[in-house]
Amino acid sequence: MTMDSWTKQLTKMYGIYTIGFFSVVIILGILEALGLEAKYIGYTYLFGTIALYATIGILSRTQVLSEYYVAGRRVPAVFNGMATAADWMSAASFISMAGALYIQGYEGLAFIMGWTGGYVLLAVLIAPFIRKFGQYTIPDFLDARYGGKLPRFIGVISAVIVSTAYLVAQVTGVGIITSRFLGLEYNVGVFVGLAGILVCSFLGGMRAVTWTQVAQYIILITAYLIPAISMSYKQTGVPIPQLMYGQALNSIEKRKAELIDDPKEVEVREIYTQRAESLKQKLAGLPDSWSAGKAELEQKLNSLPADDPERATVEKALKSYPTSPEDAKEKWTAQMKAALAASKPPKSYVQTPTDAKGLANFLILTFILMVGTAGLPHVLMRFYTTPTVKEARSSAAWALLFIFLLYFTAPSYAAFARNEILTNIVGLAYTNLPAWATKWAGVGLININDINGDGIIQFAEISIQADAVVLATPEIAGLPYVFAGLIAAGGLAAALSTADGLLITISNAISHDLYYKMINPNVSPSMRVKIGKALLLIVALIAAYIATFKLAIIVELVGWAFSLAAATFFPEIVFGIWDKRMNKAGAVAGMIIGLVVTLFYLIGSRFYGLDWFGIKTISSGIFGLIANVVVALVVSRLTPPPDEKLQDFIDHLRYPKGAVKAGAEE
Amino acid sequence: MIDKQTLEGYWRETRKNMIIILVIWFVAAYVTAFFGAELNKITIGGFPLAYYFGAQGALIIFVILNFYNSRYQNNLDKKYGVAEEE
Repeated sequence: MTMDSWTKQLTKMYGIYTIGFFSVVIILGILEALGLEAKYIGYTYLFGTIALYATIGILSRTQVLSEYYVAGRRVPAVFNGMATAADWMSAASFISMAGALYIQGYEGLAFIMGWTGGYVLLAVLIAPFIRKFGQYTIPDFLDARYGGKLPRFIGVISAVIVSTAYLVAQVTGVGIITSRFLGLEYNVGVFVGLAGILVCSFLGGMRAVTWTQVAQYIILITAYLIPAISMSYKQTGVPIPQLMYGQALNSIEKRKAELIDDPKEVEVREIYTQRAESLKQKLAGLPDSWSAGKAELEQKLNSLPADDPERATVEKALKSYPTSPEDAKEKWTAQMKAALAASKPPKSYVQTPTDAKGLANFLILTFILMVGTAGLPHVLMRFYTTPTVKEARSSAAWALLFIFLLYFTAPSYAAFARNEILTNIVGLAYTNLPAWATKWAGVGLININDINGDGIIQFAEISIQADAVVLATPEIAGLPYVFAGLIAAGGLAAALSTADGLLITISNAISHDLYYKMINPNVSPSMRVKIGKALLLIVALIAAYIATFKLAIIVELVGWAFSLAAATFFPEIVFGIWDKRMNKAGAVAGMIIGLVVTLFYLIGSRFYGLDWFGIKTISSGIFGLIANVVVALVVSRLTPPPDEKLQDFIDHLRYPKGAVKAGAEE
Repeated sequence: MIDKQTLEGYWRETRKNMIIILVIWFVAAYVTAFFGAELNKITIGGFPLAYYFGAQGALIIFVILNFYNSRYQNNLDKKYGVAEEE
């Protein structure tokens, strides 16, 4: 079949699929109006979409090596763009990003620019050349370009570290979404999600993952756009959120100015200041303050008679009391910081950071997110799968367009939600809370407490979790449950598609790069696929097992992945293409120093108070990146240049002619 | 095999294109943020300009840059006869 008719056939298939998907949503909407319970709509979305992904997985099952690793290099640009977008946008992008913008205002835009701007680096510096290289993994490239097992091995180590934390976060996301929307037990949700992930990647490798990701993109973008459009219509009368939230920004700034000197707000802030102060004293008095506090509670419990209703409260307080002075330090510091933040008057939502340190951190974080994006192995891998070099270029553009659709909508979610809270919630009596606020307060995503006891809601009394913005918007906009449930289906699609891509990256790094290329090169192609599949299963189970612990650090670790990718992969891949003088010694030294410096600052600044120039933990990669680039350049210039064979290889990477053709490897 | 001279010319133009794109990329993202305080004094459709760039303007420029890069490089392939065989 020619590429053109193949693309046409795909377009037709996904067109029918999209119409089918819309029809299901409309039918569910009608059934809801006729009285179908929300619970069943939720189940239909969950099991319906997983069954769909399973069907695509079964239809795309394969034992062929090039299909398993690179989808036969038969994925046209637009479709690879959608698959890359779904691969890229994780549970965090879908559920939490808008909330982070709500909380951080302008500073949150580092993520919006960082996670899109990286695709310019990818498209210009890397993607077409990776396709021309035409192998299977990123360590393959490091090996071929720098010669020898060592560069490959460092690549494998980095790929596994970077991808694993990220994978656990996705599986955790699946558990949270299913438990929140369907009332499934969190651990059950994790394993239901696991089934959804494995049914694609296990049966059909990259091929099944690709075609599922395209389907997942269509679901997630639809789910994301509809509530924003409705919200825009509700607040402004025009259903184009991306154009209209300028009005919301205006109103946010006006309300903020009014609230700065509002006496009730000031009163609440002062209470927070006192709380922060008393926590500070307790922290300074550690470890004695910890044992004193514990003894006080125990004494109180003992002094109360057995039938006193207050006993339950004290018992609860004892149960949640820090288990050790170290635990107390961690918990009280967090509480102190939260109280301190709440004690400050609201800052501008749209101003850029005013102090030099804040601005530097913003710029550096944006930069590290961009470079990290262009260095993440699961994203880079997708550019092996296009039919030609030309399509790899255009695919990077399509991918960015599809990602852009979500990322330029996210700030509108945040602005509309903040405007809603500032204008319609603040000033209400506690007895008049709207239903959506009561609902999400019930599960702890929104905290509203009458701190000063006046019965009226002050802005300083409201704190929200990042996830609340996207989850609550359909209800704020007055949409029926069929759309709120769609958000769950979208979030699930985002988490599953990213998890699929990561899982394949990790298992390929181990089965292809470590086992086949370094330990046993004589293994047959079909055996390689089998080993890949076995590893997929093992890695997935390990990830799910870790996810069941719900460690708080997981979300942070995802941020770390960008620093690590920026400081280990990115420079050596770019040098590999653009700098003919770069050699093995330089690349190896650069990657090792980049990894070590980044890990040192990540761990040092997070746990041991290390502080270089006031750079935050999440931007640690900047030090590793600079160290990597400098060391690689210096070492390569002090050692002999790559031999003629490698020089020819670099020349060969630089132009499209003679690339491996689609389906040529069977 | 492509002869050295053709490849050198092709790579020189490719590199020039890369630099132009990355300069625009840098200005769109970083220069606008750096001068945010001044830019925010201008408002368009309710959006303070620096906020607009961070939330939307820079992104639109990124998308255009990628499509432009794809077109430019494809034409360059043809000009130097290094395009893939159909």
